[in-house]
Order: sequence, then structure tokens, then C-alpha cells
Amino acid sequence: MQTEQREIASFLTRHPPFDGLPNSAINDLASQIEVVYYKSGSNILNLADPIHDLYLIRGGAVETFRRTGELYNRLAEGAVFGQMGLLMNERVRFPVKALEDTLLYCIPAEMFRDYCDQFESFADYFEGETDSLLHRAVTNHQDKSDLTSVKVATLITRPLLSVAPGTSVRKAAEIMTEHQLTSLIVAEPGDEQRLELAGVVTDMDLRSQILAQGRSFDTPVDEIMSREPFTLDHNAYVFEAILAMLRHHVHHLPILEKGRPFGVLTLSDLVRHESQSSLLLVRSISNQPDRESLAQVAQQVGGAFLRMVKEDANSHMIGSAMAVIGRSFKQRLLELAEDEFGPAPVPYCFLALGSMARDEQLIYTDQDNALVLDDAYRPEEHDEYFQQLAKFVSDGLAECGYAYCDGNVMATNPEWRKTLGQWKDHFAGWIDDPSPQALLNSSIFFDLDGVWGKTHWARELLVFITTRTRNHRKFLACMARNALKRTPPLGFFKDFVVEKGGEHNNSINLKRRGTAPLGDVIRVHALAVGSSSINSFERLDDIIASGLLPEGKGRELSDALEYIAMVRIRHQAKRIEEGQPVNNNIRPEDLSNFDRRNLKEAFQVLSTAQSFLRYRYNTNTPLP
Amino acid sequence: MPKSATPNWLDYFDQQRAACRDERLRNYYAAETVAPETPITNAPLVAMDFETTGLDPNKDEILSIGVVPLSLGRIFCRESCHWVVKPWQALDDQSIVIHGITHSEIASAPDLNVILEELLAALAGRLVVVHYHPIEREFLATALKNRLGEEIRFPMIDTMVLERRIQQGRRSLLDRALRRPEPPVRLGDCRERYHLPHYQPHHALTDALATAELLQAQITHHFGPDVPVSELWC
Repeated sequence: MQTEQREIASFLTRHPPFDGLPNSAINDLASQIEVVYYKSGSNILNLADPIHDLYLIRGGAVETFRRTGELYNRLAEGAVFGQMGLLMNERVRFPVKALEDTLLYCIPAEMFRDYCDQFESFADYFEGETDSLLHRAVTNHQDKSDLTSVKVATLITRPLLSVAPGTSVRKAAEIMTEHQLTSLIVAEPGDEQRLELAGVVTDMDLRSQILAQGRSFDTPVDEIMSREPFTLDHNAYVFEAILAMLRHHVHHLPILEKGRPFGVLTLSDLVRHESQSSLLLVRSISNQPDRESLAQVAQQVGGAFLRMVKEDANSHMIGSAMAVIGRSFKQRLLELAEDEFGPAPVPYCFLALGSMARDEQLIYTDQDNALVLDDAYRPEEHDEYFQQLAKFVSDGLAECGYAYCDGNVMATNPEWRKTLGQWKDHFAGWIDDPSPQALLNSSIFFDLDGVWGKTHWARELLVFITTRTRNHRKFLACMARNALKRTPPLGFFKDFVVEKGGEHNNSINLKRRGTAPLGDVIRVHALAVGSSSINSFERLDDIIASGLLPEGKGRELSDALEYIAMVRIRHQAKRIEEGQPVNNNIRPEDLSNFDRRNLKEAFQVLSTAQSFLRYRYNTNTPLP
Repeated sequence: MPKSATPNWLDYFDQQRAACRDERLRNYYAAETVAPETPITNAPLVAMDFETTGLDPNKDEILSIGVVPLSLGRIFCRESCHWVVKPWQALDDQSIVIHGITHSEIASAPDLNVILEELLAALAGRLVVVHYHPIEREFLATALKNRLGEEIRFPMIDTMVLERRIQQGRRSLLDRALRRPEPPVRLGDCRERYHLPHYQPHHALTDALATAELLQAQITHHFGPDVPVSELWC
């Protein structure tokens, strides 16, 4: 006698999480299933009723609801429900109603538990829901990537060589030649006779400071070395080394172990390890002689972006690399502008705003920038210069693919060329006398970074801002209110995006409905705790450390941001590969079931975070 | 023996229990059938389907049997059974195309007589659900008559009969006046009407499951859980 249920088994093999089970387990499961039919509109599960099965939709569609009666999800053929109730207290947590005539396969609870014990991937699928599937997906992704899992120590294959500070440059050059080094650590014995890093000397130092200047070969190395160079711990990851080199424009990074010299990581070590074209791209940007050639180089940005996506870089790495690239274009354009118009009449700082400042830039975003001028600035004397400078940079950026800002938040706009004092007054006005309307379009200014000139003014402004915003209830309430304006959708149903009210859309803008509102939520909390970090992930670290959020909520936000950003990034990468214009509009049919589930969960995190924001900052009470 | 009009099944079971010589049949009838006034929602049911060598019960034979117990609320796959049985005559190649049961499967299969006790145990006390009842009723009766010298009969709910009734009720006067063709009532056609998924036909167990699901859908849409079984059976 055989009771193989062929139709049921073949359906199971086509749908997760059953598709990963061995054949014998599928057949056993198929022979244990119970089947039931519901006509459209009938109740399938009622809140708090006992639940004894996991349900798999064989045909039709259902809707699940929250306790409050609010629509929670819409599920179609191949989807499962009931797991929450089974895993919690064997009571229905989300009531379910048949949206269409529906045929359900019911998997007995004992079988469900047994399979969770026996098959890890099966259990993972469900545990994801109670803990965070999202977290698992994000962690899995990062584990796959070399960039985030390989430590710099493993790339250093040469033994440490160092010279004492008094050593002559001739001796240093001999050692470097003998060992084929392009740099050498300068170190001296510290306490307990262990070496203490003093500096690093490179080929270029020997060329520019000795040969080019005709100085004596007996000059001690400590006179020409870089003091207090940027260093990394030997436990740092490869991607941190890449970012450090990009950001600090260095090609040699001293690596320390417990604070002592361990070795030197060079650009070529990294290039050998990774085809890290963003490093080379940045280098080539700073070598271009004019705007035309910059625009040529800019055509490689898409390729660099694609390669990082293929290497499984995470969104923080890609966002940072793209921001560094964008910043390099600005820096080179400003250098070229100063060549053309002469040195600036008063010191200034060129500011990047928004995603570039946050190190969350993707390709082809708007240019958002502003100018901070020295307090000695006199408009009648100096404005013409800065107007020209701003126009040069802005036009140059547009030629490189960074579109002009729709909201005219650019240094070409006289409103956004202010002295440091005026900027402080302006921020003080926004903060001390807040109105939601005025703040609506100015949140971008709270994400600022200096890219050229007196970059420390940007820090100074940030400290000024965050000292004021900290615990400033009225301001935070206004910011929070604005942060609630863009909401996520509920999830997906068949090939549609389902909105909270139940209506359907064909596509979703993942920036406007996902990463941007998440960034808004994180910014409000960051300003509330006085964090002067700009990057959303770094802001979250500060927010978590402050204890403002309930346990675990910070990590949820960072997982949600990472996931939505990565789907956005992969979507853009696909568009580039297909030669299509890049946008943020995703159609559900382009998403895997896995992505849909995780995105839905990420939207849910955002939605909950927005509710918390509403409550925490009292956005419902009318403003005085 | 009951023929066209729906018989009094309770009386018939009582008579048969006394009259049958075969112990297996006596046991089957002793388990009684569902009382006629029982609401369908309380009735223990079992869906059954045969694959046969052809359509004539006097000439053709049963090849395989699938049974799936159910109630209105649930179909219980874990208690389902499927048997391949060896016909007395050789299998002709044409029917293989339909049901996919091969000569070698048949060669190692038992005679219906061997599995009869198991089959009757699966049916006992339950109301049988089929799609197009003449096949199951006549083939089983004939097969037992040939083997035991006595027949078996029991009430059946026929989802094809139910579907005809439902579709007749929906036909307008104009449909009838114009003699528009009646809508098709094959198992797959009926299922489609209730948005039930497509199942590969001609496997006795799958067809039994498909029939069970169809009954749930028909009752849910057109009869309601409280309809007495006597209004459904034949």
C-alpha cells in the first residue's frame, strides 16, 4: 500500500521553506497534511482561538489582520501563515480571512516542530519571523563578502622592518631598496623596550623632500617622515583599510597590534587582494587636468559601483566609496577653479550636504552643497569670486553626472553662501524657533560635511548644532512630525505593492518609501541625543549607546536600513548592467520571495519606529 | 436491491447484515451508515476513486483504488489509502495511456479479494463521496459478485450529481428554451468553477483528494453545513 500524495508533494517542492527539504521528508509531510477549502470572505482563523496547524496556501489568497483589525498582510498561493501563533502560545495572533476562494494545506503542529528540529533551513525560515529574519539575511550577506570578513593582518606578508628616528635617509633608502619596499616605519623603543610608532617615510618623501630639494642624504628620517600618520589596528577589516585610504588620500597605512607597529599595508596590497577599482578611480580623479577629462573619468563610476556590488560589499561600504568618489570630484573641481580664478579672497569651506555627507551616496544623485565663508567676508568685494567658484563646481559636477539639485540647495544659490557666523545664526533660528514648514526642506542641512578648505568649520558647525538640538523638545517635535510624512507600504501581494489602506500599486520608490524615511527617523534621534555623527549607522551606534531606544530596536533599524539600501543598490546595479537609466523604482515582479519577505519586515520596522517617534516626541500635541 | 429511487439505506444495511454470508461484508454492514437526518458537517465521510480498464462494469475491471477520509472541515491525508489490484484479464495497452499503471505494477499487485478487508475497513461507518457514482458503485458490486457471489451497495454522495443540480438551478428559462448545452461537469471543470487548483487527473488517490476538495467547496458555496445527508446522497 502506498499513499504518496503526488499533487501535494510536488506543490511542496516548489515553495519555500519546503523546497529545501529532502524528498523523503517532503513525501512524509505530504502524507500528513490536512486540506480545507474556504470560500471568499469567510473567516479562517479568529483571534486567540487555539491553533494546531501551519497553513500553506494551495490556491487563492488570504488577508491577515492585527489585533486592532488593521490589515497586516495579504498572502497568495505558496505563502504560509499561522507560524507566529504556533511559536508563541498556540493561539491565533493574526486573524485570517479568505480574500478569494482558498484551498489550504494544513501541516500539523507536531510535524512543524519536528521539522524545525530536524532541518536547519526550515527552522531558519520561521525563526526569522520571531527574532529577525532581516538580521539573518543581513548577517549572511556580510559573511559572504571578503571585504567585511578578511582582516588587514592577513594581507601583510612581509616581516616588520623599521628604523630609528635618527637614521639617515640614505640608510633608509638602502633598506627600502634591498627589501623592495615603498615605505618604511620609523619607530623607537618605548617602555619595556617595545617599539613605539614615530612615523612613516615613503618613496615620495625621499623624492620630494630630499632629491627635489637637494638636501643632504645624511638628513635624519624623522625630519622628513609623516608624523602621527593615520593607522589601523591589525584586526581591522579590509574594507576599513580601503575607506581609510580613500578618505585620507594615503597609499601606506601603518598597521598596529596592541598599539605597537605590526606592518605597513600598501595600496598595492589591497589592489592585489581586491580589484578595488574605487581606489584607483579616486586616484585618477585627482590627476585630471580639466573638467572635460573629469567628465570622461566619471563614466567609470558606474563600473566601480557594479564591482563593489559584485564583491558583496555592504551598503555602508558602497555608500562611503561613492561618497568619497563624489567628494574627490568636488575637491578636484575646486582645485581647478582656484587655478582658474586665483586663490580665494577669504578662507572658505565647501560643504557637502545630504547623502554624500552621510557617506550614503549611491550613483547619480543630486549635488547638494553650500559654502561657509570666513567672517571677514564682504559681499560687495568677494561675492563675485564665490559665485564664479560655485558655478564652476556645480557645472562641473553636472558634467560628471551629478544632477543639479531640484530644491536649489547648492552653493550657486546666494542664500546658501553664508559666513560661519551667519550659518550659526541660521541654524539657531531653525532650532530655537522651529516651524514644521521651515524645517520640511532643511533636514538635509543637518547632514553636513566639509570637503574642501577649512573643513574643521564643518565640525564646528556640527558641534554648535548638536549642542542645541539635544533635548530640545519643541524642535525635536517639529523634526519628528516631518519624519512621519513618508510612510512605508504594508508589503507585497502577487505582483503588487500593498498600501496600508489596502490599495495596490505597481511599483515602489525604495528611497522615498524606505531609506529616506529611515534616515529621517534616525536623524531625529541622533539630534535628540546630541550625536555629531552624520552617517546613519554611526548615528545609530550613538543612539543605542545613549539608551534612548528600547532594547534591540537600534539593531532592527540598522538591519532594516541595510536591507532596503542593498535592494536599492542591487536594483541600480541591474539597471546599469541593462543599460537602463538608474532610478529607485522597484516592481514587485523583480523581487525574489526572499527579498519580499525581508523588505516587508524592514517596512514593518520602519513603521514601528515611526510610531515610536510619534510617541517619544509628542508629535500629536499641538505646538504652542 | 435499491435501484433508481433513493432507497432507505438504514433498512437496507440491516437486511444485508443479516443476509450476507461473507464475514467481511457482514462486518461492513454492521458498522451501519450515517443516519439520513445527520447534518453534513457532522457526517464522517470518505472520498473514493477507481481507475478501471474501461467503462463497462460487465467487461472491464478495477485497477486501482484511492480513498481519502474527510469531514466537512478537514480532509485527512494521513489516513488515506491507495491500492493497485490485479485484474483477471490482461491489461490492454490503450488504458495504460490513461491511468499510467503499467504491466509490471499489475504483475506484482494482489487480487481485490486480498485487500477487500482493508478497503471495507476504510469505508465502514463513513459516507462515501465520489465523482460520477455509476463507476464506483457498479464496478465494486460486479467485482464482489464475481469473487464472493454477493454484491455490495452503499449510499454515495456524487459530486457530479450535486454539480448538475447546482448548474440546473442556475440555468435560466432562456437557456432551457434555447437548449443551450449544460455546463461541463467533469471533475476538472467542476473544480475550476470553485477556483480549486488543477490536479493531474487519472490517479485514484489524487482524484479522490480532488473529489473531497470539490465536495467541501460545493457544500460551502451552495448547501451550508447543516444540510442533511439524505438531501445529498443517492
